[in-house]
Amino acid sequence: MPPSASQVAVRAEALVKTYGSTRALDGVDLEIPSGTVLGLLGPNGAGKTTVVRILTTLLKPDSGRAFVAGHDVLADPDAVRRSIGLSGQYAAVDENLTGHENLYMVGRLYGMTRPDAKARAKELISRFRLVEAGDRPAKTYSGGMRRRLDLAGALVAEPTVVILDEPTTGLDPRGRMDTWEVIGELVADGATVLLTTQYLEEADQLADTILVIDRGKVIATGTADQLKGQVGGERLEIVVGEPGELAKTAEILVAVGAGDPVIDDHQRRVTVKVDTGPKALVEALRRLDQESVTVLDVALHRPTLDDVFLSLTGHSAEDDPATDAKAKRGKKGAAR
Amino acid sequence: MSVLTANARDSGVLTWRNLMNVRRQPDLLLGATLQPIMFVLLFAYVFGGSIGQDPDAYREFLMGGIFAQTVAFNSAYTTLGMAADLEKGVIDRFRSLPMSRAAVLLGRTFSDLVVSALGLLVMSVCGLIVGWRIRGSFLDAVLGYGILLLFSFAMSWIGAWVGMVSGNVQVAQSAGFIWMFPVSFVSSAFVSAASMPGFLEVIADWNPVTAVADASRELFGNARPGILAAGDSWPAQNPVLWAVLSCVAILVIFMPIAVSKYRKVASK
Repeated sequence: MPPSASQVAVRAEALVKTYGSTRALDGVDLEIPSGTVLGLLGPNGAGKTTVVRILTTLLKPDSGRAFVAGHDVLADPDAVRRSIGLSGQYAAVDENLTGHENLYMVGRLYGMTRPDAKARAKELISRFRLVEAGDRPAKTYSGGMRRRLDLAGALVAEPTVVILDEPTTGLDPRGRMDTWEVIGELVADGATVLLTTQYLEEADQLADTILVIDRGKVIATGTADQLKGQVGGERLEIVVGEPGELAKTAEILVAVGAGDPVIDDHQRRVTVKVDTGPKALVEALRRLDQESVTVLDVALHRPTLDDVFLSLTGHSAEDDPATDAKAKRGKKGAAR
Repeated sequence: MSVLTANARDSGVLTWRNLMNVRRQPDLLLGATLQPIMFVLLFAYVFGGSIGQDPDAYREFLMGGIFAQTVAFNSAYTTLGMAADLEKGVIDRFRSLPMSRAAVLLGRTFSDLVVSALGLLVMSVCGLIVGWRIRGSFLDAVLGYGILLLFSFAMSWIGAWVGMVSGNVQVAQSAGFIWMFPVSFVSSAFVSAASMPGFLEVIADWNPVTAVADASRELFGNARPGILAAGDSWPAQNPVLWAVLSCVAILVIFMPIAVSKYRKVASK
């Protein structure tokens, strides 16, 4: 049964997609309640884009089902297309058209009349702060402006579900802040958003629920806080002056901490999970002082999503050369 | 709205989009018009003196061939345009919109037809300058231009297919042009097919470029004295009929091939 569109905006069940011997998706389930933001988080090549391509009817899964705004992506792709707005990984704006013309074209292709498409383009241009650049060809835009234009393109038909595939990849920090602001407004307006990202910070900032995906499988779900909770409490970090003091420091941290300390020889840093927060910090410092260890730096921090990813997958989210190469090959295939 | 009107609207929107691209990137248009002008000057004044007995008569003969070659090369621009759209990810956005599936191909081939018509206009002016004239009736002349545009449109569909097979702009750049050289030169575009050795003559006789070149000569009333005369094979004797038939044949074969290729490349 297709889910009722009023509660669940997007639902995918057991999606599988293989390319040759690579299982790009290996049984992915997801559900996005209406009016919420789901962050699909994973490194390059994890399968995020494949999920997006299936939900936007660009790609057929080998098996599994998916419903967007109550419509089956396989049985009724046209109804799905009418309810979604997609903003892609590559800003798919036409470089030789002006901002207005780009949005007008998209509006016309959604079936709007000429005057309606013109009016809507004008409205979005001012909402996305492109008024001054609106009549210049998009090739003169900065990266952030292009991305804003692409986002505006996704919103032309006031879609019930907005899908943003790595909206800030390749942007400079300013462009990223800019884009976040726009997405934030979108969310405040009550849109249902599926957002893919490889930036943990981004998912943390924008998403209500985060789905961590790696090698085609969902490996964790929850709010940012829940995920951080899974990794355990806070972390205590001590940086010492001499390499010879590392072993002694680790010994002390075993005593005050709640797990095995991790030693980073290069940074002369020892890290350990703690349950008692500041108490553990004070105790550790007292003992280190007793042993006359030179403490250069001390930090107590809540786990970041990076820690979450590391503890879930055993590798960091942002650099993974092996899967990176695969992802590039995948993209080339997609371009063909 | 009916499927047909939606289809026409979406194709119209994409034709407009492609033409705006041409307008903002005039270097493409420059290539499409400068190259035939170069061929006119090259053949009219460099080779022309040694082909046939009378350079003036050769220039009159030449223009039909240049017209046919110009519109045949239209396919290469379609190849480039398709490859560029696929590479840039624009097609993905189009496919995520509730628009007609055929509009991308129709919009591309229509806009290239408009560019082709512009090229023909430039060529005609260039021809008038070197001494070519339309000597037939007005109706025949209209039919002549009609056949040239039909041929352009048909070649565009081959070009669209080649563009999708190429996969990226670099490959499309050579793939789009390379096959046009034998196709446009092994024909009666520049010399009479009857002057070629045995098997080449047969190929040239049945080559649609020959048919289109000969058809425009016939319809524009351009004389073909001496060694420029048409041969006595069936296509050489019925160029107008054969030109129309071969255009229709190209469309019947390549429209479905291009559409099915589009479905495949776009859904990867």
